[in-house]
Amino acid sequence: MTTRTVDRPSDSTRPESTGPGERPGDRPNPSEQAAPQLRSRHLLGIAGLDAGEITLILDTAVAMKEIGGRAIKKVPTLRGRTVVNLFFEPSTRTRTSFEIAEKRLSADTLSIATATSSVTKGETLVDTVRNLEAMSPDMIVLRHSSSGAPELLSRICRSAVINAGDGMHEHPTQALLDAFTIREHKGRLSGLKVAIVGDLLHSRVLRSNVLLLKTMGAEVWACGPATLIPSGIERLGARPTTSVDEAVEGADVVMLLRIQHERMHAHFIPSVREYFALFGMTPERIRRAQSNVIVMHPGPMNRGVEIDSEVADGPYSVILEQVSNGVAVRMAVLYLLAGREEGTLE
Amino acid sequence: MKLLLKNGQVVDPANGRNGRFDVLIEDGRIARVEPNLAADGAEVLEIQPGWIVAPGLIDIHVHLREPGHEHKETVATGAAAAVAGGFTAVACMPNTEPINDHAGITQFILKKAAEAQLARVYPIGAVSLGSKGEQLAELGEQKTAGCVAFSDDGRPVATALLMRRALEYAGMLKLPIVNHCEDPSLKGDGVAHEGYHASALGLRGIPGVAESLMVERDVSLAELTGGHVHIAHMSARQSLRAVRAGKDRGVRVTCEVAPHHFTLTDEALEREPKYDTNLKMNPPLREAADRDALLEGIADGSVDVIATDHAPHHADEKMLEFDRAPFGIVGLETAVPIVFDRLVHAGRITLTRMIELLSVNPARVFGVPGGALSAGAAADVTILDPDKAVTIQASALRSRSKNTPFDGWQLRGGVVFTIVGGRVVHGGR
Repeated sequence: MTTRTVDRPSDSTRPESTGPGERPGDRPNPSEQAAPQLRSRHLLGIAGLDAGEITLILDTAVAMKEIGGRAIKKVPTLRGRTVVNLFFEPSTRTRTSFEIAEKRLSADTLSIATATSSVTKGETLVDTVRNLEAMSPDMIVLRHSSSGAPELLSRICRSAVINAGDGMHEHPTQALLDAFTIREHKGRLSGLKVAIVGDLLHSRVLRSNVLLLKTMGAEVWACGPATLIPSGIERLGARPTTSVDEAVEGADVVMLLRIQHERMHAHFIPSVREYFALFGMTPERIRRAQSNVIVMHPGPMNRGVEIDSEVADGPYSVILEQVSNGVAVRMAVLYLLAGREEGTLE
Repeated sequence: MKLLLKNGQVVDPANGRNGRFDVLIEDGRIARVEPNLAADGAEVLEIQPGWIVAPGLIDIHVHLREPGHEHKETVATGAAAAVAGGFTAVACMPNTEPINDHAGITQFILKKAAEAQLARVYPIGAVSLGSKGEQLAELGEQKTAGCVAFSDDGRPVATALLMRRALEYAGMLKLPIVNHCEDPSLKGDGVAHEGYHASALGLRGIPGVAESLMVERDVSLAELTGGHVHIAHMSARQSLRAVRAGKDRGVRVTCEVAPHHFTLTDEALEREPKYDTNLKMNPPLREAADRDALLEGIADGSVDVIATDHAPHHADEKMLEFDRAPFGIVGLETAVPIVFDRLVHAGRITLTRMIELLSVNPARVFGVPGGALSAGAAADVTILDPDKAVTIQASALRSRSKNTPFDGWQLRGGVVFTIVGGRVVHGGR
């Protein structure tokens, strides 16, 4: 993997450099004793977070990333806490990332995938979770194909609920790790041009990223075929375009979203071949961006569909850094939601 | 057995009455409607100042769930909800289990209704066997058994050919075809109105045009055949435009709107609690422009009927992920307060128009008795208090199901007495 120098010293990524959306009251004040906190005990989406909270999570992740660099990558922070990873949809990257994050914080973890759950026996989500809750977990990390499933759980659960991706709605930890990665490279989020290109309609990553980047003062362009642009995307905070050149022009960040092959069957695109011809991220197209552009992809990638291999493996690609940072960001989220009265990072 | 409704403000548009009259009921029928009638041995029901005496309200779109889904509702519990909501008669959709595509099922429903002795129940028969859209059901036999209209509700009449034949055949029987208009390919697996709010929540969208495309088809087919098409639960402004255009050229098209569609919009989906499955119905809550168009259509007469699409579902069935929960909400016991509060008191319609939408026109559209306080007619009467303070309480509903988005709403206007066949079946404050 290519290593790049961080544009600014890490000190500049402290709360003092937060974006314009932040209100003074949200800013953690280092001179006060009270530790800054998230307002909600769940993480259901970026939609519920303000700029101060986003900054808090990203700043906390800086410390968490340091733990991952140690020889002994483990702290006792969540010792005695039980975290259930409840995955109703196939996921390798996100589930593994959460599991590693939980283990590094010394939580007791349990992962349930849909194939081994009683959901296949006709049990409802609510009943499944009520049964799990009877065994007193502290947190539930939920991945589900239905938008809003984490909201439903949060209304019936004692445990803290962390959304690990729900349907086409949100994937907040992905947006946070993307923001963390961008901030590492650019030193800021505010004022950046971010182009997101791909299947916008079906993407929870798009929604979370647009909400986060807008809150932090970035300019987000959303690009894809007209068939895959969600209705009302401007109100979400992105500028839609079907011109990949317009989206990439002068961009500081280019983020690609996966195109699933089955989209052809519902007439969204004629073929992956044509998609690549019109929207695929090639070295030629990337040249329109800033010279220090970074290229991101939440994975899993379709090489030769949304992204040319030369771009995916090129010097501007930070795709594997995103994966590394995912662990640190998820540690930060787990830590902040678990409450810090009992644990320390030492 | 005589009952005298004394000193009421009678709103009876079909007979051109809007004033102070007494209503004398004898042997279950309206005997006389005149000022200052003597009690003459009749039991007297003193109507309080401000109360309205109206022909019984009729809801032409309800789901009573029996046979097959008695855990949601039965004919008896649905009829109890109806009279509690001021409705003296309801027409029930055929999507029971089995589907009401046969005279035997119609007879069963009518027998259950007779046993309940509450609201009158008019079954609507299926257009096609099993509502599968393949073969016409025996519409003639169904009419003889008691059906007042035909519909494959829940499913649109799928092909233009079947709709054409159904309109021709039902036209021969002088009964309407009621269609749940929705292009299946455009609806797809959508669960909410296509627009900003569905996008923000990650819910699959259904555009208003999915409805209006089929409305346009059906208006054209009614024009071709001379049959009567009635558009169920119209939700999209484009559909209203198509209905108006049809009416302008003399096509036999009528339409209904449900209270939730002129009260709520898709914006409600984003309010806490988000993803409330009691806001999931089909057609979905649409955007403000659609709601405003419906309000205009209700006021200007383009909309014929307000019908509730009363769709009971058990709480367990609604306690699911939004895209897995069933469509529909109960409506029988919330309609009158909503119509008073949001239409009459909001200055959008008069009391006379309210009674047209809830009584006169439903009777006319389906060709059923009622809709007028005429001498000799069955004494189906609803007595309303326009100023009654009503707080909707889901747990207190008579319906077996409590799936309403209006829980806790405080509204002005409600039902005081419901009289069916001269018998007070709901009454007292």
